[in-house]
Amino acid sequence: MSAQFMQYLLTGLTVGAIYALLALGFSIIFNASHVINFAQGEFVMIGGMAAVSLTAAGLPYLLAVPLAIAAAALVGLALEKFAVEPARGASVVTLIIITIGASIFLRGLAMLVWDKNLHPLKPFTGDTPIAIGGATILPQSLWVLGVTLAIVLALSWFFGRTLLGKAMLATSHNRLAAELVGINVRMVLFLSFGLSAALGAIAGILIAPITLTSYDVGVMLGLKGFAAAILGGLGSGMGAVVGGLVLGIAETMSAGYLSSAYKDAIAFVIILAVLFFMPSGLFGKRGGERV
Amino acid sequence: MSLLRVQGLTKKFGGLNAVEDLSFDIQTGSVHSIIGPNGAGKTTLLNLLTGVYQPSSGKIAFEEHDLTGRAPHEYASHGIARTFQNLQVFFNMSALENVMVGRYMHERCGLASTLLRGPGLKRAEKTCRDEAAELLRYVGLQDYLSSASDSMPYGALKRLEIARALATKPKMMLLDEPAAGLNPTEALELENLIGRLTERGVTVVLVEHNMRLVMGVSDHILVLDYGRKLAEGPAQSVRNDPKVIEAYLGSSVPHDGSFGKDIAAAVTIGVEMRR
Amino acid sequence: MLQRLASPRTGGLLALAAAIVLLPFLLSNSYFYDIAILVGLNAIVCVGLNLLIGYAGQISLGHAGFFGLGAYGSAILASRYGWPPLAAMLTTTLAVAALAFLVGRPILRLKGHYLAMATLGLGIIIFMVITTEDKFTGGPDGLSVVPFSIGEYTLRGERLWYWIVGALLLFAVWLALNLIESPAGRALRALHSSEVGAEVVGIDAARQKVMVFVISAVFASVAGSLAAHYSGFVTPGKVAFFHSIELVTMVVFGGMASTFGAVVGAAVLTTLPQLLTVFKDYEMMVFGAVMMGTMIFLPRGVVPSLGRLLELRRQGAASRSDPRT
Repeated sequence: MSAQFMQYLLTGLTVGAIYALLALGFSIIFNASHVINFAQGEFVMIGGMAAVSLTAAGLPYLLAVPLAIAAAALVGLALEKFAVEPARGASVVTLIIITIGASIFLRGLAMLVWDKNLHPLKPFTGDTPIAIGGATILPQSLWVLGVTLAIVLALSWFFGRTLLGKAMLATSHNRLAAELVGINVRMVLFLSFGLSAALGAIAGILIAPITLTSYDVGVMLGLKGFAAAILGGLGSGMGAVVGGLVLGIAETMSAGYLSSAYKDAIAFVIILAVLFFMPSGLFGKRGGERV
Repeated sequence: MSLLRVQGLTKKFGGLNAVEDLSFDIQTGSVHSIIGPNGAGKTTLLNLLTGVYQPSSGKIAFEEHDLTGRAPHEYASHGIARTFQNLQVFFNMSALENVMVGRYMHERCGLASTLLRGPGLKRAEKTCRDEAAELLRYVGLQDYLSSASDSMPYGALKRLEIARALATKPKMMLLDEPAAGLNPTEALELENLIGRLTERGVTVVLVEHNMRLVMGVSDHILVLDYGRKLAEGPAQSVRNDPKVIEAYLGSSVPHDGSFGKDIAAAVTIGVEMRR
Repeated sequence: MLQRLASPRTGGLLALAAAIVLLPFLLSNSYFYDIAILVGLNAIVCVGLNLLIGYAGQISLGHAGFFGLGAYGSAILASRYGWPPLAAMLTTTLAVAALAFLVGRPILRLKGHYLAMATLGLGIIIFMVITTEDKFTGGPDGLSVVPFSIGEYTLRGERLWYWIVGALLLFAVWLALNLIESPAGRALRALHSSEVGAEVVGIDAARQKVMVFVISAVFASVAGSLAAHYSGFVTPGKVAFFHSIELVTMVVFGGMASTFGAVVGAAVLTTLPQLLTVFKDYEMMVFGAVMMGTMIFLPRGVVPSLGRLLELRRQGAASRSDPRT
């Protein structure tokens, strides 16, 4: 394995981990409500920008990060309450437009609250690259990978072991049945937005020191996260993680070996190619419709 | 000559064989019923016979044409029409338009003529409308000629699907539980309608739980259990077949004739018990 | 005869024609003409897109891509290679139709959100090719376009363009209405409601979906070509993801499965940003809020919601005058 390949792989994994966090956010909301939340990218932006502001105001990371995550989660809850909940039962297109409207609204708001500039966030633990097998990796990348891994483990514990997590899973499988056994489905919906927003904010804070952040950073990240979720198969947690990593690595590799001009297009070329052959993504539910 | 020939038909869902190594023939002009307990694979079989599902193995031939692996619209173009257990009415259209859609294969014309609305198209539309209205009357829906389909009662929707299927001018029509959810009067009217279908020269394949209806109209019965053929033959012999009684009642019944006499009633009870 | 005039088809076409003829009396300067032309061009795209989304029930989040291909195809062939604009436009339209036909079949096999993703991806790929291949397209800076000319005659001036676009919009609406009220149009509405139900009466759903996809792409491409020649300039902005969303919003806002609704949606949402400039810094927020609000409160769109209201009032009046009730 050449050093160059290794370098691309490490970078790809870092980017892919961020996509995976976004894709998990898409999947959690989709499972609870069958809504694709096109405002998912804005949570990334809010997390990153809030962290920038709070640290600039002199708060230590240990305080600024939880506050930034909480801010995004609050926005997520508000989104569910004021935009998604009132439109329950609307068609797929209508819900897509509502969440895109929400994302435009949030971007406009961010432009007012902050500005149009790019902002750096100080890396958590220095910026001295660490050498691994001929390649180097930033300490911040290790943070990205480590935190993502921790979140994936925590989520699988949450959905597999806790009552609330199981209630959310049950709701995604059969909403009516979940309601019948006494699960508060509306609460599940509400919480899923909060949880997804928190995940998005974490991704935004993790990546801000590497890529900088700004009011419109969520547009492309949101679309890539959606692509990753679809690639893995909508609603599949494992699919979201694999989809994110595959997209991240493929994107970095093709940017490195082929052409960096088309870096952002690669994700969409891959998704089209995969969907042409696997119409439900890599791990999506298959099978004919029952008639 | 048999109209439909099915050979070694199998459909697997995961590890489960919903239909397993099934072979049978359907003769022109008969009413051919497919019965069996819930989960026996009846609807799966109907889906296979209309191309909605692709078989895992086996062969389906209609009038000597091999239709295995073809799409549903190709089955339709060979003259196979169907109705659905879970209604597939076009609820965004009127009752009349639903039936007009059924005439699609006999109406369609080139894109240019469609977009520019040639005079031929206008005439064809008029004919289409008239014939659709005629079919609605034929199935007894004369009261719904100008109704939106989403405002019609359940029983009427079931007939609407039959009218739509008839509009395709089929040689064979598959009815999936047409009597389910109908009251006894409606069921009787349905029996009458099925009789008239055969008079029109349409071969009927009936999947049904209502044994009174099945025994009343069928020339031939195929009994499925766990996706396999349990029995097959003229209605009279199937109704006295101990294997059928056992499958329905779930226990071995002494076959001394005393019980087999009115199997229709016993079977109906059995069906109710297993539901 | 009177009854025919009152039918949604003839009545609607007449009303639209009247609106197009009468509007110039309200348009006091070329700025208003400019907006009216933009409305007309967007409306042509939306009438086509509505056939796909509203009638056939297939989402596309990538139609700005087809609009952009039309615009850039015309611009490159006519301006860089000196083709006669009409030939450039027809060639471009054919090429876009061929592309839509080729990608249509695999893409339209997908359903729901997967279809949304694939069309979105297609639109973004087209956008990225246009911004990256700057040798041909001028990249992010865009490309200037020669005016539209037929032989020696050059089309110039907002007023002339207004009548051309108005006539084309009327023609586009007429084509769309013809399609909807044909066996093929019924087939599209049928497969929207139940694909399996449509298939078993002999409708090749995949083929029908591809057909309407191609038609909607052609509408978008022609509007793109005209927009390029009219404004004399093309930039990637009109190809971007956001423009696709604007187009879909126009269709849904006006009312899905309503051809005149698509025109109304295009008119409202094309003029809205011009009105919102008074909000200055708040413009983006207000636009987002309007998008959310209309979808929440009028999920069926403006025209069908109004239609339903009128219908209810009419029924109310009828039942009051009916002695039996």
